[in-house]
Amino acid sequence: MARLIRCLIVLGMLASVSACSGVQPWVQPYERDRLADPIMSFERDPVSAAYLQKLYDIREGARGASGGSGGGCGCN
Amino acid sequence: MGDAPAAVLPEERMDVLYHYYDGGGITVEGPSVLVRKQLGESFSVQGKYHVDTISGASIDVITTASPYREERTELAGTLDYLRGDTLLSLGVVASDENDYKGRSFNIGVSQEVFAAMTTLSMGYVRGSDEIGRSGDPEFSEELDRHSWRLGVTQVVTRNMLAELAFETITDKGFLNNPYRQVRYLDPESSRGYGFQAEVYPRRRTSSAVALRARYHLPYRAAVHAEYRYFSDDWGIDAHSTRVGYTHATLPRVILDLQYRYYTQGAADFWSDLYPFRSAQNFLARDKELSRYDSHSVRMGVSYELFTARWAMFERGAVNFTYDWITADYRDFRDLRVNAESPGDEPTYSLSANVFQLFFSFWF
Repeated sequence: MARLIRCLIVLGMLASVSACSGVQPWVQPYERDRLADPIMSFERDPVSAAYLQKLYDIREGARGASGGSGGGCGCN
Repeated sequence: MGDAPAAVLPEERMDVLYHYYDGGGITVEGPSVLVRKQLGESFSVQGKYHVDTISGASIDVITTASPYREERTELAGTLDYLRGDTLLSLGVVASDENDYKGRSFNIGVSQEVFAAMTTLSMGYVRGSDEIGRSGDPEFSEELDRHSWRLGVTQVVTRNMLAELAFETITDKGFLNNPYRQVRYLDPESSRGYGFQAEVYPRRRTSSAVALRARYHLPYRAAVHAEYRYFSDDWGIDAHSTRVGYTHATLPRVILDLQYRYYTQGAADFWSDLYPFRSAQNFLARDKELSRYDSHSVRMGVSYELFTARWAMFERGAVNFTYDWITADYRDFRDLRVNAESPGDEPTYSLSANVFQLFFSFWF
């Protein structure tokens, strides 16, 4: 747990430093056509993904950080 | 395909899914329906209905004669509000079984920064469950759940997206399964062991961090990978990794292949066989809290039914997925097999087949 928190603090600091250091966006909006392809979505089929994740959550001791922003199901 | 969108509302779509699970002696099947629709330029609503109908007898039912849940119904609703580069979400979920009632609400916010190369998100879920026990109207317990989630999605290159997610969850209340039992050595029993009810701590806090990435290949295909680390204050550590490939060069067809590996350690107080009755203050024999490894393989195919507008839909697709899941438990023993002495039974393993057939329509 302590390792996780330290890891997150470091990542947060890195994000803050990069945001304040004048680094310019290196991928322009017109270069993101491939990123906009549905096959690049982290959750292309939300119903199917939620069902399978629930299946894992029921069988496994682990839970959380399983992806899929937005609604969230709150159901472990 | 256009530019990657700035902050947008969830896509308008409807999914109608049928799922079927067969493994470990039980089958679970039922429908799941999701509808997302925009209201004007700034709002989106989502409704979901899901049913699990359970039949059969798992190893827990066979070996300890405990009953099992027969049907679970879930209803969920979400409202999204888009303002500039910020997306706000509010949602409620209601889940009902004959002996379990779950209610939760969730709130989330995501914000695009750094010329939309970075999306920051956070969310909170509060759940309140009521737990009963079939055949025992006097039994009534409660469980409160709190979950906090943070996420960063990053455009890494013009071909690569990455996401870092963190979530911590705290449960307070009745965390046992009210039916499951632990076993202990009992010389007075003819089989050499007896059973007593599980006793769990009434609080559990866990954290999980995950890193996932997707990479678009030079042709219309993508590879993806994920790693998640989990830890909780019951002593469980778990690792899961996932790799996959999506192939979309055939006309109208998208193929998916995926492999997942999961491994976990046991809770500190877990045992397959305690030395005597009430040997510890906390007792657990749930295989879900034991040491085990799991492998999963997924194959999926999606076929685009129409690309020109049909009725009220812009496009539609039919999808079929098959998942093969195995689990090998290192310490949880199969009590269906008689052994010369308690603890010598073979360890338990299961294999499951999961089918999903669903239709997706975009408005």
